[in-house]
Amino acid sequence: MQKEIIISGFGGQGVLFAGQVIAYAAMDSGKEVTWIPSYGPEMRGGTANCTVVIADQEIGSPLVKNPPLAIALNLPSFDKYEPLMQAGGTLIVNQSMVDRGAQRNDIHVILVPCNEIAEGIGDKKLMNMVAVGALLTALSQVSLKDVEKALEAHLPARHKHLLPKNYEALKRGFETHTKRVG
Amino acid sequence: MPKELWKGNEAIAEAAVRAGLEAYFGYPITPQTEILEYLSRRMPELGRTFVQAESELGAINMVYGAACTGVRVMSSSSSPGVSLMMEGISYIAGTEVPAVLVNVMRGGPGLGNIAPAQGDYNQAVHGGGHGDYQPIVLAPASVQEAIDLTVLSFDLAEKYRAICMVILDGCVGQMMEPAQMPEMKPIQRANWDWATDGKMGKRERRILTSIYLDPIEEEKLNLRLLNRWRTIQANEIRYKEYFLDDAEIVIVGFGTAGRVALSAVRTAREQGIKVGLLRPITVSPFPSEVIDQLAGRAEAFLVTEMNSGQMLEDVRLAVKGRVPVEFYGRLGGVVPFPDEILSEIQRMAKIKLSANVHPRDAWLERMAKV
Repeated sequence: MQKEIIISGFGGQGVLFAGQVIAYAAMDSGKEVTWIPSYGPEMRGGTANCTVVIADQEIGSPLVKNPPLAIALNLPSFDKYEPLMQAGGTLIVNQSMVDRGAQRNDIHVILVPCNEIAEGIGDKKLMNMVAVGALLTALSQVSLKDVEKALEAHLPARHKHLLPKNYEALKRGFETHTKRVG
Repeated sequence: MPKELWKGNEAIAEAAVRAGLEAYFGYPITPQTEILEYLSRRMPELGRTFVQAESELGAINMVYGAACTGVRVMSSSSSPGVSLMMEGISYIAGTEVPAVLVNVMRGGPGLGNIAPAQGDYNQAVHGGGHGDYQPIVLAPASVQEAIDLTVLSFDLAEKYRAICMVILDGCVGQMMEPAQMPEMKPIQRANWDWATDGKMGKRERRILTSIYLDPIEEEKLNLRLLNRWRTIQANEIRYKEYFLDDAEIVIVGFGTAGRVALSAVRTAREQGIKVGLLRPITVSPFPSEVIDQLAGRAEAFLVTEMNSGQMLEDVRLAVKGRVPVEFYGRLGGVVPFPDEILSEIQRMAKIKLSANVHPRDAWLERMAKV
């Protein structure tokens, strides 16, 4: 069983870190995983993205054209990845940064006001973790608990005091999605 | 040691440190700069030598000098930078000193771009420097392999007093994967009988040079290099096989092109197509013999590369026209997606292939239609 995830947004939105958190969680739960950033000229403005592949066996391509799962943290990313999604896939969209709804009806587009939720917790930089939380409801390979454990295990000591708020952000994102789908 | 999430470039740097790297000389260039950046912190921390040279020419000649003293030494660069190093590489080969060079290849020719590519295959494998010499060239496809082959490259370079190159593309260099580092090896300088490490008044002086003014002497060196190369060919070929036992179609691809092909092979297998993958790990020496054997039982080959078909010619030499060899490549820094290779496999499984057209010409014709 293999799952591919693309996370996309502006530079500075924590796109690459969000992918790494998922990759750490996958690795710690014994999965094969690849994380690859876009490192081309597109990282200087426009959308930055990373691709995470989680599998039970040796991973072939670390890149994916039509992902079953994606996070779009801004409008350009929403515009870019909505048409590329695999039919039946789940696209988490940061509602705080887009001014439109879904155009496709063969995928699940979940609008989550990540910025507002993060600000509610007290740190708008946590919006990437809100989005990751929302994504986890559609990702069977990695649980919320796995991600929390990965953050605790791999966050540098100087950032450890941020753990409770990160957990809160993940949980709030996770619950938002669950409520909407349910 | 437990697995950690390592970025390819940084993993290579740490693996080199653990293999006993005593001196690194380099010059920054994307997409390999993390190797240099990592070592700029790590090497001084351990009291070892790190120099950011004034240019790639400076760096490779510093490598040459350090190699003559018998220490473990390396440099790393990306395509345009490696081109600048070619003169030095030939001197290192001609002087018979061990050195390691990592090339994280990018799109070219010229300044090109910084995207992943495999366009330097011919330069690396068939010698980019002047004169008769053969470098050992290793091609990792994953972060773990990048670690293991970096460690191996030092052993091979020393064993054969040769230049050993590790070639990967920006994809493997920038990617993070769980990987296991080897234990830290204490630095143990071997007591080489050739190293110019100071005679301290205790022995005859040694001379290391690549100048042999007498052609007869130069011919002796060339024959020595050639005989050593035959030993390397006999002992050091490495590759990885996937689903080859009953394969009717054999894909050959190295590095990233090889692992992308693996995804396509798995999907094709689910569709009942008997296809397998041979992923060369040493691209020099080239696994010709295993391809030769496969050509005796397979119905067709497909070579996939991120270049215009450079390894393709080596595969064709090994297949010797017995079965059709097809080609699929992406150029200039474009990484193929698995579905592109899958459609090639599906096409090959469906139609009768002709061996009369050169595979590159046939591929170009197909590309023109897309």
